[in-house]
Amino acid sequence: MADQAEFAELAMPYMSALYSAALRMTRNPADAEDLVQETYLRAYRGFGGFKEGTNLKAWLYKILTNTFINTYRARKRRPEQVELDDVEDFYLFRRLGGLEAADAARSPEVEVLESIPDEVVKSALEDLPEQFRMAVLLADIEGFSYKEIAEIMDVPIGTVMSRLHRGRKQLQKRLWNLAEERGLVPRAPTAAGS
Amino acid sequence: MDCEGAIRRIYEYLDGELTPWKRAAIARHLDDCPPCAQGFDFEIELRQVIAFKCRDEVPPELRRRIAVVLGYELPPDEEPVI
Repeated sequence: MADQAEFAELAMPYMSALYSAALRMTRNPADAEDLVQETYLRAYRGFGGFKEGTNLKAWLYKILTNTFINTYRARKRRPEQVELDDVEDFYLFRRLGGLEAADAARSPEVEVLESIPDEVVKSALEDLPEQFRMAVLLADIEGFSYKEIAEIMDVPIGTVMSRLHRGRKQLQKRLWNLAEERGLVPRAPTAAGS
Repeated sequence: MDCEGAIRRIYEYLDGELTPWKRAAIARHLDDCPPCAQGFDFEIELRQVIAFKCRDEVPPELRRRIAVVLGYELPPDEEPVI
């Protein structure tokens, strides 16, 4: 059982990242805690099958994702199959001031972005349909490669790319809408942008 | 490489998933096209801000629960104050 004694040392440092991911997946702290605990338990039991030298973080995220899908999605009749509407390129950048203003060392767009409260950013991400939310989470927050995400989510790389493309654009639109609702940015009288 | 071509591959570029040749072609376009370069820079900033703002603290109780389940002794600095 030397393997399993080693497990805690290796796997515990990922708890904060796994918990944040679990919160975005379940959108509920109690479920997120249970999901992380169950993930650690399953990983611990399965650690004998983990190949040393391979990516422990990706392996833990695969268990997290499978546990989420099997446990939490089972409550729904079927997974969401959602199509997202098209969002124009540079959606948020164009609305946050756009191409004319950005010449200072610190651009006003970035200033606005950083002033958006954490809760708003979390909500925007959590509002994405599940399949897009997972892809964006794994890529942009956890920094996994397309190949790793394809393995974690068990879908082809092309699917990962298309979910990321649409999910990221939708996230920008959602962020803008939430920022507008909260009065963090001035409401555009008409469709902004050029 | 024109603006449309660069923007179509923006995410593969930012994700480091392009071949060196395609990557260089986009980099050359960005050198010549400030509007695209600013848009790309913004996307990089946006991603960093999102990643930074989507971090949550693990509740000490959860850390303790998992340690108990795994029969793991928390190091002193991780021992939650109860």
